[in-house]
Amino acid sequence: MKKAFWLAGAAILALAQPASAGDTIKIGFVSTFSGPTAVIGNDMRNSFELALDHLGRKMGGKPVEVIYEDDGQKPDVGKQKTEKLIQSDKVDFIVGYIWSNVLLASLKTAVDSKTFLISANAGPSQLAGELCSPYVFSTSWQNDQTPQAVGTYMNQKGVKSVFLIGPNYAAGKDMLAGVKSTFKGQVVGEEYTVWPSQLDFSAELTKAKNSKAESIFVFYPGAAGVQFLNQYAQAGIKGQIPLYTAFTIDELSLPLQKENAIGVPGAQQWVNDLPNAENKKFVEDYRKKYTGLRPTFYGAQSYDAVNLINSAVVAVKGDTSKKDEMKAEMEKANFKSVRGPFKYGKNHIPVQNFYLQDVVKDADGQLSLKTVATIVKDDQDRFVDKCPMK
Amino acid sequence: MLVLVEQSLNGLQFGLLLFLLAAGLTLVFGIMDFVNLAHGSLYMMGAYFAATFVAWTNSFVLGILLALGATLLLGILLEFVALRHLYGRDHLDQVLATFGLILFFNDAVRLIWGPAGLSLPLPSWLTVPVQIVPGVFYPAYRLSIIVVALAVAAMLYIVVMRTRIGMLIRAGASNREMIGALGINIKLLFTLVFGLGAALAGLAGLMQAPILTVQIGMGENILILAFVIIVIGGIGSIRGAFLAAIFVGMIDTLGRAFLPDLLRTVLSSAAASTAAPALSSMLIYLLMAIVLVVRPEGLFPAAKR
Repeated sequence: MKKAFWLAGAAILALAQPASAGDTIKIGFVSTFSGPTAVIGNDMRNSFELALDHLGRKMGGKPVEVIYEDDGQKPDVGKQKTEKLIQSDKVDFIVGYIWSNVLLASLKTAVDSKTFLISANAGPSQLAGELCSPYVFSTSWQNDQTPQAVGTYMNQKGVKSVFLIGPNYAAGKDMLAGVKSTFKGQVVGEEYTVWPSQLDFSAELTKAKNSKAESIFVFYPGAAGVQFLNQYAQAGIKGQIPLYTAFTIDELSLPLQKENAIGVPGAQQWVNDLPNAENKKFVEDYRKKYTGLRPTFYGAQSYDAVNLINSAVVAVKGDTSKKDEMKAEMEKANFKSVRGPFKYGKNHIPVQNFYLQDVVKDADGQLSLKTVATIVKDDQDRFVDKCPMK
Repeated sequence: MLVLVEQSLNGLQFGLLLFLLAAGLTLVFGIMDFVNLAHGSLYMMGAYFAATFVAWTNSFVLGILLALGATLLLGILLEFVALRHLYGRDHLDQVLATFGLILFFNDAVRLIWGPAGLSLPLPSWLTVPVQIVPGVFYPAYRLSIIVVALAVAAMLYIVVMRTRIGMLIRAGASNREMIGALGINIKLLFTLVFGLGAALAGLAGLMQAPILTVQIGMGENILILAFVIIVIGGIGSIRGAFLAAIFVGMIDTLGRAFLPDLLRTVLSSAAASTAAPALSSMLIYLLMAIVLVVRPEGLFPAAKR
């Protein structure tokens, strides 16, 4: 025990010493660590740390240093933090970004400085299309892809009409556009709510109920998803109008949503029970390291981000000045992703499968998410042709 | 037509909830001339207490009553320990101190309950929709919020207008120095008023908890609306707070409900659906700006000093 303290002390001292350039791999991590959505940022950080542990906290023989910054879910703050990390900390990679509007505000700083940016969640349509960049990679998806899969699933179920509800910001608009692009039935209504301040959806639920739509689709990430499901159940329309979701039910919201989430389907590119060895290791070790917590797709994407960066750093043997070689290596997606193997499109967005997920009681009697079926295979986002890169 | 009834109920429910929050704020601001930014923290504490006590006692009603008492005590304690030393100070000092209290409460909650938030599940008898008029079903829980808030408003009216305590409160709102000079224990009165305000904020928080989630910082957004309401209604006026709160609740909800369709008649569908939520959230502040220009003392000011 005492020895562990000494080691920890020594480690802190080592970190405190100013590292001369090139000795360490410096990674900046921008996510939300304060406010109601801080649980998402914490999950991303947990998974990022776990992935570094699995690599022995070294990449290409060099120690890794991570600087975490809180964007407070605000685009202007995210941009400032990105500038700070790139200009004064001079990081080699910048990772994270839950929110599409935060990422869009921060993007130019990273691209102009030719710093590699890995989005571990946000996937605005602009990033996949006209704003694509050689220095930007995604370990998640393009926003439209997941709701597109939900739309496809609704077609399979023979749903004839839908009422769409989502938050009024970049990702909300992408999500509703995504469903509309694949859903073959009629869209009877489309409502946007003030984001992130509006948490009472009574007016929208009343409209949905009176629209006589056969189904409702929503996108509400984080705590808003809990509130929406609560109010959907309380309004008594759970039995009447089935709900379809994207990014509304995950391992963070499920303990609060409880029974309200049962029977509400969603789509995802990663589910905790995907049967590959890398994923088993990730989920098991996460639950061991962070007792009482379960990893989410946000975490899975952050875990993948570490391994993507590692593949690039190993390929250039730790010489992070060789940007072209690192880019070429990352384009191969030459690492073991917890979602299973995938390829990159020319816009650096994954071409990947999307699964139908359902809420079930697991062996411990706790509610958890389960893969039910594969909705689409090797799905490429629909903005790739707008990307000028080859 | 039926849609209008239902949306008006939504607006009324939201307005009444805001009233509970604004009533405490306007009492403290109007009578004690004290700006309490931490009022939203008491709202949050009410919700956390309720979630905890309901889980402990396994009874929704008992848990909520306990939470109400706990918030009242917390309010009195807060006044006694910290705020009473700030009454003579400048408003800026009060704002800074109570802003500090917001940070204190947020981190205290993070320490005690953790960052993830809690949920307050409803008992099954409150989760069924009720038929109010033929064809209109309304969630029982939202209906019960309307009933409870109206009852509290009536009780407040009786207490403030018909009892001796209420007379002192009104006198305090009109002229603080004078009632002090007449030998009224103003310290005790202030503690009482603050406790009452805290309990009202706690009630608002715990009633909102099953609809929203119980989370850190939940009181901050809604506090802004409460301030808007007391400015519109007239500082220190319970009647003003009541009418302004219902007004604001209605504008907010009906704006969200009907503005998108209205805008769609003049704009393209895509432009309308993104402009409408932004516009409807601006309406309330527009109203406040107009009130400040036309009647700076508020629509229903308390008796003049």
